[in-house]
Amino acid sequence: MSTLTLPTPFLSPEPGHEERLLEISMGPQHPSTHGVFRMNVVLDGERVVRLKPVFGYLHRNHEKIAENETYLSSMPYTDRLDYICSLTNNWGYALAVEKLAGITVPERAEYLRVITGELTRLLNHACLLGFLLQDMGASGTPLMYAFREREKILDLFEALTGARMMCNYMRFGGCRVDTPAGWLDQARKVVAEFPRFLDEFEKLLVSNEILMERTQGVGVLSRELAISSAISGPMARASGLNYDIRKVDAYGIYPRFTFRVPLGKHGDVYDRYMIRFLEMRESLKILNDALRDIPAGPIIDPKSKPRGFRPKPGEAYGRIEAPKGELGFYLISDGSPNPYRYRVRPPSLINLTVLEDLCLGHNVADVVVILGSVDIVLGEVDR
Amino acid sequence: MIGNGILKGLAETARNFFGSYVSKDRLTTVQYPEQHIPQIEATRDFPFLVYDGADWESGMRCVACQICEKECPPKCILITKSTDKKPDAVGKPQFYPAVFDIDISVCMSCQICVEVCPFDAIKMDVQFDLPTDDRFGGLLLDRHKLAKSNEYYHQIHPTEATAVDTALAAERAKAAAAKAAAATPKPAAPAAPAPAAPKPASSTATPAPAPVAPMPVKPAEPPIKPLASESSKPGETK
Amino acid sequence: MIAAALTTQDVDQIFVLIKHALLACVPAALQPIASAVLSIIPILVAFPLLFAITTVLERKGLGRMQNRYGPNRVGPAGFFQPIADGIKSLTKEDVVPLSADHAVHFLAPILLVIAAFLGYAVLPIGRNMVLVNLNAGVLFFFAVGSVVELSVFMAGWSSRSKYSLLGAMRAIAQMISYEVPLVLASVVVIMQAGSLSLVTIVESQSGYTGIFPHWYLFTPWGIAGFILFMIAATAESNRSPFDLPEGESEIIAGYFIEYSGFKFALFFLAEYLGMFATSSLAITLFLGGWAAPLSFLTFIPSYVWFFLKLLVLICFFIWIRGTLPRLRMDQLMGFAWKFILPMALLNIFVAGLWRFLPAGPLNSIRWLVCIGVLAAPCIVLSFSLKQKKKLLVRTYHFAE
Repeated sequence: MSTLTLPTPFLSPEPGHEERLLEISMGPQHPSTHGVFRMNVVLDGERVVRLKPVFGYLHRNHEKIAENETYLSSMPYTDRLDYICSLTNNWGYALAVEKLAGITVPERAEYLRVITGELTRLLNHACLLGFLLQDMGASGTPLMYAFREREKILDLFEALTGARMMCNYMRFGGCRVDTPAGWLDQARKVVAEFPRFLDEFEKLLVSNEILMERTQGVGVLSRELAISSAISGPMARASGLNYDIRKVDAYGIYPRFTFRVPLGKHGDVYDRYMIRFLEMRESLKILNDALRDIPAGPIIDPKSKPRGFRPKPGEAYGRIEAPKGELGFYLISDGSPNPYRYRVRPPSLINLTVLEDLCLGHNVADVVVILGSVDIVLGEVDR
Repeated sequence: MIGNGILKGLAETARNFFGSYVSKDRLTTVQYPEQHIPQIEATRDFPFLVYDGADWESGMRCVACQICEKECPPKCILITKSTDKKPDAVGKPQFYPAVFDIDISVCMSCQICVEVCPFDAIKMDVQFDLPTDDRFGGLLLDRHKLAKSNEYYHQIHPTEATAVDTALAAERAKAAAAKAAAATPKPAAPAAPAPAAPKPASSTATPAPAPVAPMPVKPAEPPIKPLASESSKPGETK
Repeated sequence: MIAAALTTQDVDQIFVLIKHALLACVPAALQPIASAVLSIIPILVAFPLLFAITTVLERKGLGRMQNRYGPNRVGPAGFFQPIADGIKSLTKEDVVPLSADHAVHFLAPILLVIAAFLGYAVLPIGRNMVLVNLNAGVLFFFAVGSVVELSVFMAGWSSRSKYSLLGAMRAIAQMISYEVPLVLASVVVIMQAGSLSLVTIVESQSGYTGIFPHWYLFTPWGIAGFILFMIAATAESNRSPFDLPEGESEIIAGYFIEYSGFKFALFFLAEYLGMFATSSLAITLFLGGWAAPLSFLTFIPSYVWFFLKLLVLICFFIWIRGTLPRLRMDQLMGFAWKFILPMALLNIFVAGLWRFLPAGPLNSIRWLVCIGVLAAPCIVLSFSLKQKKKLLVRTYHFAE
């Protein structure tokens, strides 16, 4: 077993500087903290000496509400957890309930889940890349390009589920509604046009010297720290950890698709940024295959119904590879229509616990960039 | 050479700048309120109550079963049952809602009320610009404001409305046939849970938690191609 | 009739003629003061008007680069937007922090605007159209420009807020570091022209060989000097990619975070005026000032050429802003001291080489030698800077 050296909680400032430490609060109202998130940063000049994150500004009692609602009624609330990727939240919850009650999902529904899940992954990563560059001061130009693509995918979601962001689409045993006429062709068109955006982005930014200077070597997350802090998702893979739940758990029909898992070596912001970029290309591969192979059939388990769902007493933990990491739902049922305990494992929060270790010794300007690369959404952190 | 990536970036931005004057793809703004995005058919915003015919009060399909009130996650529907009954589309006397309020400042457009309604009485509207300056009652829609005609429903959701109308007509035909059959001394077949008709509600009309029918699942299911109808509801494929 | 009698010379000198006509109406004792006032008023009118137009152009230009419209509601194609912005900033409540130093807090934007305007006193905007023909014009311009740094620090310090202090510290460090390459890049022009007076510098660029002008831009040291000057000018006016002191996404407006209403508008005015002033100086030093680019285009008045060149430079600023992310503080300073400054010093040496080398056919010997002397260290420096930090485009491997 390797000896793991944990970094000290704060860097000692230079000798003689103790009285000159400046404590600022990058407060809840801030253009770049991705939501209402606060960081109490202690600075020595421009260097970060200590960082304490403060969150909870968006706590909405999601888990407690779920104890008083039926299982189905919690589904629209899961949309609002990670509000950018609502469909993967739905999928995680549906997976957990299906494990709890032993429901099987028909094949077409699985394909629809994969298609919408991977489209959500494209959405999320495009959004993140745009916001990361906005935080670095590129005055919104890459952000606008990313959102141009996002709009096309959101239109797809609106045609399928009825809403752009709060989709409420998955049900226990499948999906709520089948694809309308022409949706699959529209989806194929969007997926065929997406690589053009990725190539444009690549030209605009990947070899940009300013970007490289600001992200390489910044916010390095070592592999050992990633493992011991339960980091998951692209952040862990950028540190060299080969852990993708789509491969490990092989849930749904993911074993049918061939896709690769990109890994980074350095674990800095540049790696995390490029890993997400490469993951988008892999998602396009999965989407092409799924859109080609989707069969006809029912989209929900025939035995399921919207009302009166009472799973047998028991517990289940269902997890998926959400775009931000491992999103898990833990349910304990006592035979009543309401869950006894409903717990969300939010990837953003778990990934956020190492923020201080990543930021120590860097400048204030880097703190914002590092926070952007952790990819948090406050709806998930605070629930 | 230093500056190479920067020059590539500058070229990309210039391409977008000049392209925005030339191609629509590079200038995607829709100038609201003069221009509108064409409505996507499946859009859902806030619920409304469907009524058949010309008179909203007597034609309303809602029978105040209060299932939507129970299932609504944020509990924004408030229903008071009436004390008398009026005949519904099939002819059976049913209760009707004396008060049916939806607080759209609470409603989260989740569409669960539409899913669980056994009578296709409540559907999702597509209007999102509903501003008001009355902060005490302006966002509480009563049943008069909620009632909209079936023709309007056909306008906003054509495929869904057509499917619902077909299903309701089939059910009415079945009820009429059952009534005719009941006139003769034969044991009347149960009218409602007929699996052949793709009626969404009848299978869920029974509030009992047990699975609905001890009917065998039909092996020859109607093949749902990508052009499937929009009103597929859970439990429908029987 | 009057139109027929106007020659191109008259159109070119029309403002001078108007001023003389107005002066003749004033009694002799008041004529010096009247002359000064009449010369100042056009500057006070033209450049804030240019500021207003630039704000709209910038927003619309950035919008088009980002696939959207800019402001297009207020007035024809949105060009009355600055009026709306002006009304907004005038009617907003002026909030001053309780513990702020009120006197300094009030004086900082005023001093900034005064310093920004003072620089225009020596810029020749057209033929015979300079406010004061100082024979140490360049020196005066740079001296006045450093008052800007003082007022930025006044703003940041007096606000008594941690964010503004951080912003002010960064701003001071940045502006001082880029002041040196700015001055050194202009030294080459002074060497060639042999005078610190801006009017002399422009006049020495106003000849033509064939149809091509004698601008200092068309020399190797001129191109290098112009590029270095523009980079330093971007940093001096706190424009992207050097806008860390007002880093919008980190310390949200830095040194003017505690200003609201009209004082905020004054800060913006001063920043843009400073940008115009340094661009105008670049035009005067390198781009021939009010001289036309080709000899058969001299019928267009000189001030028109000046403003056209200024507009081109402004568009270039907007283009850079829309593309590049921000440089971090230490990278910014490293860039100034380790790259820009050595190149500026080398440029001075190359300008000397240019003067003393034999011309050769079409100046080719001079060109080749000078470009070689400039390019080689540039490439070497850039490689060594990159290598030290090991900035490379990486390749990634995939699992299984």
